[in-house]
Amino acid sequence: MKIRTLPIILIFLLTACGEPVARNTGAYLLLDTSGTYSDELDKAVHIINYTLTRLGPADSFAVARIDTGSFSEKDIVAKVTFDDRPSTTNRQKRQFSEKIAAFTSNIKAAPYTDITGGILQAIEYLNEKETGRKVIFIFSDMKEELAEGYVRDIPLELDGFEVVALNVTKLRADNIDPRLYLDRLEAWKTVVEAGGGTWRVINDLDRLEKLLGR
Amino acid sequence: MSFDQFLSITPSPVFSAIIWAVIIIAILYLARATVHAALRSAGGILHNAMRIGSRSIQRAETRLVERNKEVLLAAGREAKERIIEREFERVGDSVDKDLSKYPALRRRLNEAIARIDEDHQNAIDVPPSPPGWTKAVEVVAKIDAPSDYMIGNILADIHKSLLKAHHQAIEEYRKASAARHKILSGMMPQWIKIQQTLSAVTKNIDSLLKRSREIDRHMKEYEDIVKGTDRAVQTLSSSSLVQFFVSALVLVVALGGATVNFSLIARPMAEMVGGTNFIGSFRTADIAALVIILVEITMGLFLMESMRITRLFPVIGALPDKMRVRMIWVTFSILFMLASVEAGLAYMREILLQDELATSAILRGDSTLMVAGDFQWITTAAQMGMGFVLPFALVFVAIPLETFVHSMRTVIGVIGIGLLGIIALSMRVLGNAFRYGATFLQRLYDLLIIVPLWIEHMVARKRNGSAGQFKEVSP
Repeated sequence: MKIRTLPIILIFLLTACGEPVARNTGAYLLLDTSGTYSDELDKAVHIINYTLTRLGPADSFAVARIDTGSFSEKDIVAKVTFDDRPSTTNRQKRQFSEKIAAFTSNIKAAPYTDITGGILQAIEYLNEKETGRKVIFIFSDMKEELAEGYVRDIPLELDGFEVVALNVTKLRADNIDPRLYLDRLEAWKTVVEAGGGTWRVINDLDRLEKLLGR
Repeated sequence: MSFDQFLSITPSPVFSAIIWAVIIIAILYLARATVHAALRSAGGILHNAMRIGSRSIQRAETRLVERNKEVLLAAGREAKERIIEREFERVGDSVDKDLSKYPALRRRLNEAIARIDEDHQNAIDVPPSPPGWTKAVEVVAKIDAPSDYMIGNILADIHKSLLKAHHQAIEEYRKASAARHKILSGMMPQWIKIQQTLSAVTKNIDSLLKRSREIDRHMKEYEDIVKGTDRAVQTLSSSSLVQFFVSALVLVVALGGATVNFSLIARPMAEMVGGTNFIGSFRTADIAALVIILVEITMGLFLMESMRITRLFPVIGALPDKMRVRMIWVTFSILFMLASVEAGLAYMREILLQDELATSAILRGDSTLMVAGDFQWITTAAQMGMGFVLPFALVFVAIPLETFVHSMRTVIGVIGIGLLGIIALSMRVLGNAFRYGATFLQRLYDLLIIVPLWIEHMVARKRNGSAGQFKEVSP
């Protein structure tokens, strides 16, 4: 009897002591602060707060702005890795929300929009956190405008990443020629999928339950 | 070789088909005896195999029936022994309690009787009779001197004295009667005391008689079980099934209680062991909460065992009384501590829940939900109460669990017997199907070669006919 049960116990122990699987989520939200988009920031705050409600202990969350050169730690407005204990997590969420509110009240519009730099920074941050799930939210019209001299023609390593474009507003030119809007989204989709990531667009902000839904 | 090629051995496909049919039928006719024998032996082998298998399973079923009966009788015997033992304990307690008072009772009765006797003696004392002048008065009254003045005066004085003495005697008598009545009245409480004492004795004796009748009934049933009578087996079997379903129902209810208990402590447990650690695919906090509940149930089992309410662990039941009492206190203390921890966790759950709701409300910008209700303390108190009470309620799971475990043996046996019976029957049916299937295939085979068989039959008949003619002529 003991000889029979021994392999079962060994299997259980091996399963229990195996490589721990990361089950936490890492979210990185890029916030477009360019002149054409800075009016939409109220919606961004709403989304950030909603994201906070959906995250739990051991999850990581960072919010960074997109400006002329977004590939920089300085552009990270707020970041947090939630504690194991739920009570501490709640406190961290409130502090994070206050930090975002303070940021949005004193925001200055950026002249350029370096989305690729922001994504590169997001990849770096989430890879460092080694979260089980990696989601990059881009709150922008997805119109990239680079300052002279900035090189962003770089392939993105997005294997295992989910990239979600939020509130992709239509520009005046898009209204004249909708193909510009569609082409812009298609171009980003191609870039993300070529990097191994998955691409989603959520424009209906009344149904935010899809935000972190699989 | 395709079907068309088969039909092209002659220019006419129909003719070709006929030729092939004749050839095939001829081959089948020639192979008839061999095919029949093969079918017969195949059918026979399968039939025998199934029959042997069925018989073997029937034997196993019989053994299982015997075993189940033994288990049932053993369980019934044990249960009955426990009941009889308990009844004897009750009788013993009653006798100890009542007979220990018997000397005092007897003394009280004797005292009361002696007092009554004494009072009775006092009550029968004859009252003083009037002085013995009656005869003297009779003699004086017979003196014949009615005209004599002196005698008349004497008689009048005597009469007067006599009346006076008579009055005195009556007074004395009345006094003595009053004293006797007083004594008799004083006897009343003694009579009532005796009556009450005797009523108590009668009640105790009635109780003992009732218990003895119960014991007689149980002993009769016990004897039936020991003898293994069919009636006893049937009674025990149905009782076992009822016990199985009732205990299963109670266990389901207990499982519901354990689930509620789990949900009360799983969330705050994350605050203690962390909400993101996993063992396998289960959260450590959930496992910790489950372990607490299982430890509580285990402590409950030990408590019940120590109190000799259940008998799942004979080792605990066989412990010396002193050790058992210690064990009762230890298990109860652990249970009490765990219940207190649970109450604390339930309180913490409420705090965490409120904190989470408040955070969500802040993040949603919803200020209405942030206002705490005036009756919030009710839910908090209810949760704490449940957290404290449920561990003690789970202690009683030991009783249905014991019944479930014991009755399950019998129920599994009954199910096993049923399954074996079905398998045995199926094998018998299958064996017969193989046997008659082989016969059916033989007939089907003969149907294919019916023409040559008919010819054979005709030839045989003709041959038999000529042989018969020969036989008729030859004598």
